[in-house]
Amino acid sequence: MKITTEMVDYISALSRLKLADAEKTAMAAQLEQIVSYMDVLNTLDTDQIEPMSHVFPVKNVVRPDEAQPSFPREALLKNAPVPDEEAFLSPKAVD
Amino acid sequence: MTWETVIGLETHVELSTKTKIFCNCTTEFGGDPNTHCCPVCTGMPGTLPILNEAVVKFAAKAGLALNCSITRNCKFDRKNYFYPDLPKAYQISQLYLPICRDGAVPIVTEAGEKTIRIHEIHMEEDAGKLVHDPWIDQSRADYNRCGVPLIEIVTEPDFRSADEVTAYLEKLRATLQYLEVSDCKMQEGSLRCDVNLSVRPAGSSELGTRTEMKNLNSFKAIARSIAYEAKRQIEALEEGKTIVQETRRWDENKDATFTMRSKENAQDYRYFPEPDIPPLELSEEYLAALRAEQPELAEEKRLRYQRDYQLPPYDAAMITGQKALADFFEAAVARGAEAKQVSNWIMGEVMRQLSALGLEARDMKLTPRTLARLITLVKEGKLNRNTAVKVFDAIFDTDGDVDAYVSAHGLEQVSDAGLVGKIVDAVFAANPKSIEDYKAGKEKAFGFLVGQVMRELKGQASPAVVNAAIREKLETL
Repeated sequence: MKITTEMVDYISALSRLKLADAEKTAMAAQLEQIVSYMDVLNTLDTDQIEPMSHVFPVKNVVRPDEAQPSFPREALLKNAPVPDEEAFLSPKAVD
Repeated sequence: MTWETVIGLETHVELSTKTKIFCNCTTEFGGDPNTHCCPVCTGMPGTLPILNEAVVKFAAKAGLALNCSITRNCKFDRKNYFYPDLPKAYQISQLYLPICRDGAVPIVTEAGEKTIRIHEIHMEEDAGKLVHDPWIDQSRADYNRCGVPLIEIVTEPDFRSADEVTAYLEKLRATLQYLEVSDCKMQEGSLRCDVNLSVRPAGSSELGTRTEMKNLNSFKAIARSIAYEAKRQIEALEEGKTIVQETRRWDENKDATFTMRSKENAQDYRYFPEPDIPPLELSEEYLAALRAEQPELAEEKRLRYQRDYQLPPYDAAMITGQKALADFFEAAVARGAEAKQVSNWIMGEVMRQLSALGLEARDMKLTPRTLARLITLVKEGKLNRNTAVKVFDAIFDTDGDVDAYVSAHGLEQVSDAGLVGKIVDAVFAANPKSIEDYKAGKEKAFGFLVGQVMRELKGQASPAVVNAAIREKLETL
């Protein structure tokens, strides 16, 4: 499958990434190589194989519904790029 | 041209688990901003979410009650988008293998009975709350609600009117409340609706272009937005315009819908299987156990009330339509009050007081014990029905003590035959004309005499005792 610069633009916009032109060209080539592996997979006969949704053979990992104290707010807000005393701040976002 | 409105609903319901879906923070409503949070629900890098088993249980119970088939092998998917109410920049949801599919909800409206098909129910996490500061160019994010478990219940486009939508939502709310999987408080956002609506010429089987309305937080808003949006679309089409597929916001104050975002810039969510949450495999035993513990739901309860207590269908439907009322009814009956009486009091006095005070049944203070006591006093002849209503009105708001109120206000019914007899003698002595009238065949005079005796006794006498005393006295004349 051919990966075009337009496709790279679309994917980088969705990911909020700004790429320089040289990076876009490099990225298109790399993505094409990654996606071409699907062609290899497509040569396999998977008719009798259950689709896999997880790579580890584990299932039903759950915890009981028991409340524990939450984290101190000051400690959480230390990780915020811009906080005030009680909240995380972000550039104005209106849907 | 006659138009037909076609509606599908997506209802988000917050589950009433104690903790969030992927961490041990409380789901309690409100609280100071960011005090019900931890590194998991604020999306800190390197944290590992672990699924709350109660969420799976509640979602499956809801699915069973709504006649869905349960997906024995289900999994979570990652929905990617950037918005500050979602600190991870993705929501853990279910796209490919939702926990419940293909359900059916029977509803009844004035137009008759019909079945609304459920397309699917999936589990997901709620987002946080943003407050937009009008003075600065910033939004403040409170993540207390972030990670609160939701189920999203998606119907097929089976509704044709706002009435059908309301009937479905009432049924859904009652069912989820009976299951105790959600409190469904719309004012706190624990039941939220998105309405997908399109119109088409009546008789057509093709679907028109739909719009989606968000921000609907009351049954009234839902009904009004449906009326508005259907009219808007019909008028546009009749003027030869086309409908744009878009998301519209309902503005309660303006009573109109407005464009939020059009589908042209629709987001590509880049869903993929959620690697942090291993798949779920629900065994047949697990589902059998859930089926065994399903409570009696509104429909079964209504039929039982009609059968065992001889309640009229309408009364039984009203009482079982809200879990709080049904619980109240059953508790009062369990305290020995006669079922028919309890039902009459609920349908009459309780409903009247609730609407006068603008209260929801689940928020009322009056206890079943108090109403049962009042009913017992009337039955034992210690209080007459009219006085009992006065007592009820006085104590409803505070769940006051019936006996204390009755004795403090001297309201006990007089059934002392001796006392009644003396008053009857006095009334007869004072009204010889009425006695003559009665003897002359004027039955009205009897009523007059009863009224006079009742007045002397301040209305607190047992009507049966007064009637008997007067009859007896007249016969001896």
